[in-house]
Amino acid sequence: MLSFILNRALQIIPVIIGVTIATFLLAQIIPGDPADVLLGSTASEETRQELRTALGLSEPVYIQYGIYLKNLLQGDLGQSFTFAEPVTQVLVSRLFNTSLLAIAAIILASIVGVAAGTWAALKPGSIRDQGLSVVVLFFNSMPSFWLGLVLILIFGLHLRLLPVGGMDDATGSLAGLAAHMVLPTFTLAAWSLAVIARMTRSAILDVINSDYIRTARSRGVSEARIVLRHALPNAMPTVITVIGMQMGFLLSGAVLTETVFSWPGIGLAMYQAISTRDIPLIQGGILVLAIAFVLINFVVDILYAYFNPKIKLA
Amino acid sequence: MTMHSNAAPSPAAPILEVSHLGVAYGNDARKVQVVHDVSLAVSPGEALGIVGESGCGKSQTMLAVLRLLPRGGRVSGGAVRFDGRDVLALSARDVRGIRGHGLALISQDALTALNPAMTIGTQMAEPLIHYDGVSGAQARKRCAELLDLVGIPGATSRLGSYPHELSGGMRQRALIAMAISANPKVLIADEPTTALDVTTQAQILQLIDRLRRDLGMALILITHDLGVVAGVTDRVAVMYAGRVVETATTEDLFASPRHPYTKALLDSTARIEGQVSDRLSPIPGLPPDPRSPVSGCAFHPRCSYVRDVCHQDLPQLVDGIAGGEHPVRCFVDPFVTAPARRAGEAAR
Repeated sequence: MLSFILNRALQIIPVIIGVTIATFLLAQIIPGDPADVLLGSTASEETRQELRTALGLSEPVYIQYGIYLKNLLQGDLGQSFTFAEPVTQVLVSRLFNTSLLAIAAIILASIVGVAAGTWAALKPGSIRDQGLSVVVLFFNSMPSFWLGLVLILIFGLHLRLLPVGGMDDATGSLAGLAAHMVLPTFTLAAWSLAVIARMTRSAILDVINSDYIRTARSRGVSEARIVLRHALPNAMPTVITVIGMQMGFLLSGAVLTETVFSWPGIGLAMYQAISTRDIPLIQGGILVLAIAFVLINFVVDILYAYFNPKIKLA
Repeated sequence: MTMHSNAAPSPAAPILEVSHLGVAYGNDARKVQVVHDVSLAVSPGEALGIVGESGCGKSQTMLAVLRLLPRGGRVSGGAVRFDGRDVLALSARDVRGIRGHGLALISQDALTALNPAMTIGTQMAEPLIHYDGVSGAQARKRCAELLDLVGIPGATSRLGSYPHELSGGMRQRALIAMAISANPKVLIADEPTTALDVTTQAQILQLIDRLRRDLGMALILITHDLGVVAGVTDRVAVMYAGRVVETATTEDLFASPRHPYTKALLDSTARIEGQVSDRLSPIPGLPPDPRSPVSGCAFHPRCSYVRDVCHQDLPQLVDGIAGGEHPVRCFVDPFVTAPARRAGEAAR
């Protein structure tokens, strides 16, 4: 198991190098001149040229990449134009907020999704199974920003039960944070929850008619243990892969959700960076999200091996 | 009156008795009857073989007995009595008590019958710990003893193995060890050797036979291979198209098969003795599809002794012709009647 983990960890390195190249090139191909954004259209050509030289934008591309990589290794992702502070600082302070939202959302989506999928799979074709299909279809067809707006309208404006945006109330209490988290967490989780429920249902249906389930039943194992100890662990490799992929989607979903709820996370910062062509911040944000995505997949692979003993041999 | 423990052959009360059992799939509008009016009985310590082609309902009968029919399947009639109790009327909780402890099942393919995500030890010990309330350490010890009993070398270390780490024969042994872990009274072996190579088949059959004698269990051996029941079972029930067509002692069945189907099965089996010129004669045609049942005797389209009456009327399972304990479901007796058409000739 340890050698499997080390082996997988080594495979991450080239992927991350690839990500740095991709984020670097992404900035190169985005149209628009940072000098225009920084200095405005009234600045003279000399001033612009000076700024380009100062930012290293007049060097050849590979030199620029070298500089980028060198700075990156020193934790320097450049200066954000919009926030007027180092990109690293912008991202670090917001990474926690995004993680908080994403982790809450994936926990909600996983627990409710797996439970609902299993519950429906135990009686295929029943009313509760068909009911779940309807809910899944509803959440899967609903764009998250629209769901967010509808929830704000209902729970924030009409019922006045929950705050509509931001992260903390004036007191900064934990209860205030929790109240602010409810709507964005649900909005972010809804799509993934539906996908996880659907995949869990089909994974359980695949294993529940297996011979080994019949063997366990024929030996007097209780139905509860059949589901929890026999069916679920064997459905887990599928379910975990789906949950892992959903965590990746949550990171992108966070951009929309954070924007709708003014949640001060990386997603909102990215939205602002894209609107103002704040290229260093875009690069940094994409890099952090991509690395997070790679690390999540790494953890998913390990969990996958844990639940499927045959993988370890490979 | 004194009773001696080995005072044979006064037939002991059956431990498992299946009477007029029917199994059907689907709803009333589209009902498919896969088992019709099957009656079987095994006494304690007795070995019964159930022989028939794939799809003849032999496995379905046993799954119905264990109340393990897959979704869509149901018992459409009849009764199952185990140890004096009406199995079909038991609560789910009581059925759990019978499964494993009273009736144990060994299925065909040990690779799919063992949970791939659990070690052998964990799945073996599960009912011991969670139903019988044995402690973990004791259950482990018992499981190691059982693996030893079924001839798995290095039993204690094997408890930590996953099914895919064992060979096919070892897996089947482990499955047998699991089945006997709770001292069942009846062991139901559903094609226990089909997925194994020939040398391993013989070993597994010997093992099952030895365990039955040593532990005093009754055995129901389900197979499509008459060669498997020879030498292992006391009696044999031959099934065709969801019905029992002949029941006899194993010796009697091989010596004087009374049903044309049994006779045809024996003729299609290779034997060591006999002349080299003896050719195998396969049974022409295919068994009927239960979705479109055949009128009269279900075997009549393939039978070389077929008569007019066989097309319309269903023969009953009666002792009649041979006398004694040898009931047959047929209008003719292949020992006194000449075939109406040559064996091997296709129907119609």
